[in-house]
Amino acid sequence: MSSSDKSGRLVRVAAGQGFWGDWLEAPRRQAEGGPIDYLMLDYLAEVTMSILQKQKERDPKMGYARDFIGAVESIWPAIAERGVRVVANAGGVNPPACAEAVRQSAERAGVSKSVRIGVVTGDDLLPRLDELIAGGHALANMETGEPLSTVRDRVLSANAYIGSTPIVEALSKKANIVITGRSTDTALTMAPLRFEFGWGDEDWDRLAAGIIAGHIIECGAQCSGGNCLYDWQNIPDLANVGYPIVEGSADGTFVVAKHPNTGGRISIRSVTEQLVYEMGDPHSYITPDVIADFTSILLEDAGENRVRVFGIKGRPPTDKLKVSIAYRAGFKAVGTLVYSWPDALPKAQLADRVLRERLDNLGLKFDKVLSEFVGASATHGPLVGDPGDPPEVQLRFGVRGEDKAAVERFTREIAPLVLNGPPSVTGFAGGRPKVEEIVAYWPALVDKTVVQTRVEVLG
Amino acid sequence: MNVRLLDIAHARSGDKGDTANVGLIAIEPAWYPVLERYVTRDRVAAHFRGIITGAVERYELPNLNALNFLLHGALDGGGTLSLKTDAQGKVFSTAMLRMVLEIPDEEAKALRIPGSKQWPTYQRSPKE
Repeated sequence: MSSSDKSGRLVRVAAGQGFWGDWLEAPRRQAEGGPIDYLMLDYLAEVTMSILQKQKERDPKMGYARDFIGAVESIWPAIAERGVRVVANAGGVNPPACAEAVRQSAERAGVSKSVRIGVVTGDDLLPRLDELIAGGHALANMETGEPLSTVRDRVLSANAYIGSTPIVEALSKKANIVITGRSTDTALTMAPLRFEFGWGDEDWDRLAAGIIAGHIIECGAQCSGGNCLYDWQNIPDLANVGYPIVEGSADGTFVVAKHPNTGGRISIRSVTEQLVYEMGDPHSYITPDVIADFTSILLEDAGENRVRVFGIKGRPPTDKLKVSIAYRAGFKAVGTLVYSWPDALPKAQLADRVLRERLDNLGLKFDKVLSEFVGASATHGPLVGDPGDPPEVQLRFGVRGEDKAAVERFTREIAPLVLNGPPSVTGFAGGRPKVEEIVAYWPALVDKTVVQTRVEVLG
Repeated sequence: MNVRLLDIAHARSGDKGDTANVGLIAIEPAWYPVLERYVTRDRVAAHFRGIITGAVERYELPNLNALNFLLHGALDGGGTLSLKTDAQGKVFSTAMLRMVLEIPDEEAKALRIPGSKQWPTYQRSPKE
């Protein structure tokens, strides 16, 4: 143990889910594989909220990440008997319904007497959008500057990213499980550390340290050997990859570790890969609680599969919250066909030209038509140079537009190419491409004073 | 000496809207100054010409032996709008590592930087 841990007490926050759809095994393995104090589960990506909003429109009892119920069910003994506390943004657009489902699960498991469920609400701005716009909040798109009024009638969901304070409040009211809506991913890790160590709301360096701890583990195994490019060939036992655990100290330093007898690898290099993931200006990682400075982070090898993180600086946050808005933005479809050697690429290129001519002849109009040649240079483009004569090339052809009928008509033009296009074509067993409604992301800012969170603890 | 980025750096990339970010990390701390000196904003903009439509920004993180690049207009609108296979910019990382730098022989030798002649047989080292 390093000298900074001299106060003795460590708080262990384990990551059990990096997105909705992550490994179902991970929460149970984290709860059972060794000592942890908190299990942090991050379910929400940018467009997840809109999917959940659509589910809630169909059924008012839905609109949360249902995987969370299974996760909790798999670890009731850890929660009810060993006192592991759970913090999750699984509530989506309906935290109360999520809490009710968890309560029912606790009853079924016979543990409801020892479980208190904290529910954080107030991030949902959808019911208040017109009032906000009328009140002079333009909710302009942070990338384009356009006011939200240009797409107001197509908005599906609108949620403010909220910080650690309501989670800390729920924990102080003795919730064993805290369910939030659109909390920032990083607050789910920072809040337990802030609560346990009593960090003040202007303790900028330590709050920033908690945020960076959250950034490192919010994508689950992506810091412990998953998707790790450096020396990937030699990363052991990915089948049993260990999800990361932050061992936090009162002074804001922490160690990134994982349970013994798990696979993967935690090293300075694996942690650094995660630190730079989705990074903007590293001097200013803006959260509702604090602005963290990634150029202050220092890493040190602390033994096998252990990295110590220290030196972190923070400064006061802005007076705005980011708002995640989702709106309907037309339709798209993507179709694929596979062409084989010899001359797989020229065959796929001919099919592409034929398809484009047929779409033109039909008078179909799209906002965007994109063809890629997977296996020849779909992702690295001209950087590849001459791809040679590969064994096969997949033509991947996509269209996007406001006119649903045009996109639907396009989906019927792929299959005919099998018989009336270039030769040696296969790989069309999936059938006609599906028309998807596009739900696009509109990032905006709103004054902090506009958003009031509420905390309720049940049980 | 010609030096391929793949042999002296590793990387991870991701998205923020229509912008891809590429974090480029020196494999050896001693090699970070080489990244800082040669992998300039202009060099990266030239590398991705025809692939991205917007500007390139560069940030330095000497504390992590890393550079962070923002590649604007990289993702056909980004997120769910994008028709690209790599709509979330996940493999701009390896696209970056295709870059080949020209480094004076003496500098490369002093830093034990693996050069082009070693490419066919070079094994990544040291092991962690």
